[in-house]
Amino acid sequence: MRKQFVTTTERLLDEDERVVVLLGDIGVFAFRNAFKKHPQRVLNIGILEQATVSVAAGLAKEGFIPLFHSIAPFVVERAFEQIKVDFGYQQLGGNFVSVGGSYDYAALGCSHHCPGDVSLMQAVPGVEIIVPGHPSELDALMSQTYASGHPTYYRLSERSNRSALPVTFGKAEVIRSGKGPTVVTVGPFLDRVLEALDGTDATILYYTTVTPFDASTLQQHAGDGRILCVEPFYEGTLTASITQALRGKRIALSSMGVPRQFLTSYGHADYHDRACGLLPADIRARYDELLHV
Amino acid sequence: MKDAGFVSATVNQPGIEAQIRGIRENIIRAASTAGEGHIASAFSILDILYVLYHGILRHDPARPQDPQRDRFVLSKGHASLGIYGILAERGFFPKEELNTFASSSGRLGGHPDSRKVPGVEASTGSLGHGMPMAAGMALGLKIRASDSRVVCIVGDGECNEGAVWEAALLAAHHQLGNFTCIVDYNHSGDRALMLGDLSAKFRSFGWETTEIDGHDHEQIRAALEPRGGSVPRAIIANTIKGHGCKEMENNPAWHHKAPKAEELEALLAQLT
Repeated sequence: MRKQFVTTTERLLDEDERVVVLLGDIGVFAFRNAFKKHPQRVLNIGILEQATVSVAAGLAKEGFIPLFHSIAPFVVERAFEQIKVDFGYQQLGGNFVSVGGSYDYAALGCSHHCPGDVSLMQAVPGVEIIVPGHPSELDALMSQTYASGHPTYYRLSERSNRSALPVTFGKAEVIRSGKGPTVVTVGPFLDRVLEALDGTDATILYYTTVTPFDASTLQQHAGDGRILCVEPFYEGTLTASITQALRGKRIALSSMGVPRQFLTSYGHADYHDRACGLLPADIRARYDELLHV
Repeated sequence: MKDAGFVSATVNQPGIEAQIRGIRENIIRAASTAGEGHIASAFSILDILYVLYHGILRHDPARPQDPQRDRFVLSKGHASLGIYGILAERGFFPKEELNTFASSSGRLGGHPDSRKVPGVEASTGSLGHGMPMAAGMALGLKIRASDSRVVCIVGDGECNEGAVWEAALLAAHHQLGNFTCIVDYNHSGDRALMLGDLSAKFRSFGWETTEIDGHDHEQIRAALEPRGGSVPRAIIANTIKGHGCKEMENNPAWHHKAPKAEELEALLAQLT
């Protein structure tokens, strides 16, 4: 997905001279061609995320479309107030592209984990949040939204689904429609949900735009109100969006995602999936619970 | 012609002291009406703002978004009454509007909002945001090869913020010769954290520095004259918080306080 991010960004730089890329001293080698081709508009800005977001806002005020890229905790948590005030409050457009969401950088420990990024970004009115599940989806969604005039957060993952879907910004995809509970899932978690629910009669809704949340598709496919949400960030992140979409309706909502605790072990992301109960068997067990509600 | 269409006022016009006293009076009355305001912080920078908007910054109150204008960012946004007083005097909005300061129906907030107030370039209030935003504007203007410049004012307390020094590093590295940062050095931050020799600090970050009396118009003007080049400029302006009103000068009680009705006339009588 990171490779696709570079390819898409290079294309946007070629096509739109308003695009300015600010790298937080990561991905520098991957952008080596872009540095040569657009020396004024591709900058390795350094490891100063707070000022970088404000500088990006200044560029946006001058008519540019800034794109800031770093690891998730440094983009979102380190510079959150700058995103809130300089972009959110001032209603400026800009792009924030992170890598390492949740525990992609498992071996680096809790300072580099960031399962709270989407929750935080949701707290800024006007922000768009995109979680692609495949490199081609990233390309499509970035092309649709990079110049939206909103602050847009792209959450890249080290892992992706086997195949891409023809995704549209702001729209959920109905993967299949059944008579069982409705399963809402996001980005790179689709494949494990499909594996978990093989042979069931579940309805499966796939979200790559988290904010604004496509309430309409959920309303049309909520069935009898039994909902399982399988999310690749802190569990419960989408609860407010789901309950608001289905307000006035009797629902039974079960959420599973990254537990709200520090994950102090290292290893690989797969290890944390197991420790957090996010393997297909865990998803199936939660789904089966809902069958008895 | 570079300055075609822009307002060209000079600092040497007669009656200047009376004019500034009038702005101070407008500010005190606005704060008193609102029951809110950082008057002393505004008075600290009023002479600098006056000079900026009389012969230094290219601006046109009728076209506040003209691409060829110079940009001014008040990074220490709590001194909003200062910039409102000047913008009203220049004609960006009617002076009577000052009396709607901080009211529920008004657009002149305790911190300035760039989406509401003509002439306000950035919404500031959280300290340490305005200077890097101004640096981003300067970077954008440089990429466009524009000859407009960006000037911002930061407070000395604001210089506690790391983002100020992040911006200082960036501006020097990217050779933002179109960027000037004025530090309103009224020493109000000394009670928390001493900043010491700010000129030396900015110089060590690769900036040109000038130290001035921030209430001497000739010194302010000389320091702000356009110079060109590729080095950002820091102006360390030694100022007095509350300048122009004896009761308020260097009096921490007036940091965030509005005069009561019964205090008003006595304060106005002190204005210089």
